[in-house]
Amino acid sequence: MTEIKVNLISHQKLESMTVDEKIDFILEEVKHGEVLVLERGLTPEEQSKLIEKTMKEIKPDKFIGIEIEGYREDGKVTWLQKVLGKIRPPRMTVIGPADKLKTIHRDDNIIKTIILGR
Amino acid sequence: MGLLGKLKAALRSIFGKKHVRIGIYGPPNAGKTTLANRIARDWSGDVVGSVSEIPHETRRAQKKDNVVIKNGDSSLTIDIIDTPGIATKVDFHEFMEHGLSEEDSRRRAKEATEGVIEAIRWLDNVDGVILLMDSTKNPFTQVNVTIIGNLEARDLPVLIAANKIDLDGSTPATIKSAFPQHDVVPISALTGYNIEMLYEVMVKLFGKARRK
Repeated sequence: MTEIKVNLISHQKLESMTVDEKIDFILEEVKHGEVLVLERGLTPEEQSKLIEKTMKEIKPDKFIGIEIEGYREDGKVTWLQKVLGKIRPPRMTVIGPADKLKTIHRDDNIIKTIILGR
Repeated sequence: MGLLGKLKAALRSIFGKKHVRIGIYGPPNAGKTTLANRIARDWSGDVVGSVSEIPHETRRAQKKDNVVIKNGDSSLTIDIIDTPGIATKVDFHEFMEHGLSEEDSRRRAKEATEGVIEAIRWLDNVDGVILLMDSTKNPFTQVNVTIIGNLEARDLPVLIAANKIDLDGSTPATIKSAFPQHDVVPISALTGYNIEMLYEVMVKLFGKARRK
């Protein structure tokens, strides 16, 4: 029987980190083959930083990148909230190594993935 | 022309035409370079870059400056940035499946990763974005969501072009329902179908953008 490990990461753990620490933590875990489910995902800026850093870490025979799927942020931010620097909170997100985690379906309400055992 | 139109035209003649830098973004093989070439050819008689069936053909951002797009009495001068496709993974085996040698595939993969980084960095230097989606594919992808989220956070105007509507299985309505808060224009960059509508919306939407 193939064991599949999934790590559920609380929002408190990530919120205590800086953006760089957060990205490094996620990437290190994923490079070691871990699949993470973040209680609250990453902001769009954090996501683009994660993609950027992932590209730097790709090694053709070892690490081909990440699979990431998350629900879009809820609601709209008003002009005043923007001025005050308020952002819509990110939502649940799953991240894993691209050679292990595959998305088979995604829409606004359902994300279906499979994790390939080794 | 109404009074307002005359006033706008007068202001334009005093202050000059608007000039904005527009990035063409999207996942690999969405047709970004085909669209960039279409725009450049239609308005300046030139092309921006080469196209291919193999993903990540564009691995460095390509630029075409001072393309003037007209729509009735309005016009807009744009610098087009044709960006490399954004992806979260790059596997050289994928290129080998397209017939490239292992050596070429590895080199292409390396260049593709650098291209993704360059595309993301260009987000800080554009005034607006045409986000190109392949209308034969599911639009609910993290790449699309990440790009749109970044543009919204930067308050940049985004125009979604639902490309490849000339192909069987194209469903631009799915893209419209996925991103109802943004302008979505169904087009075929290859055949030029509905491209006039794209130009109309571009002038309207990006004409409001302010150059950085």
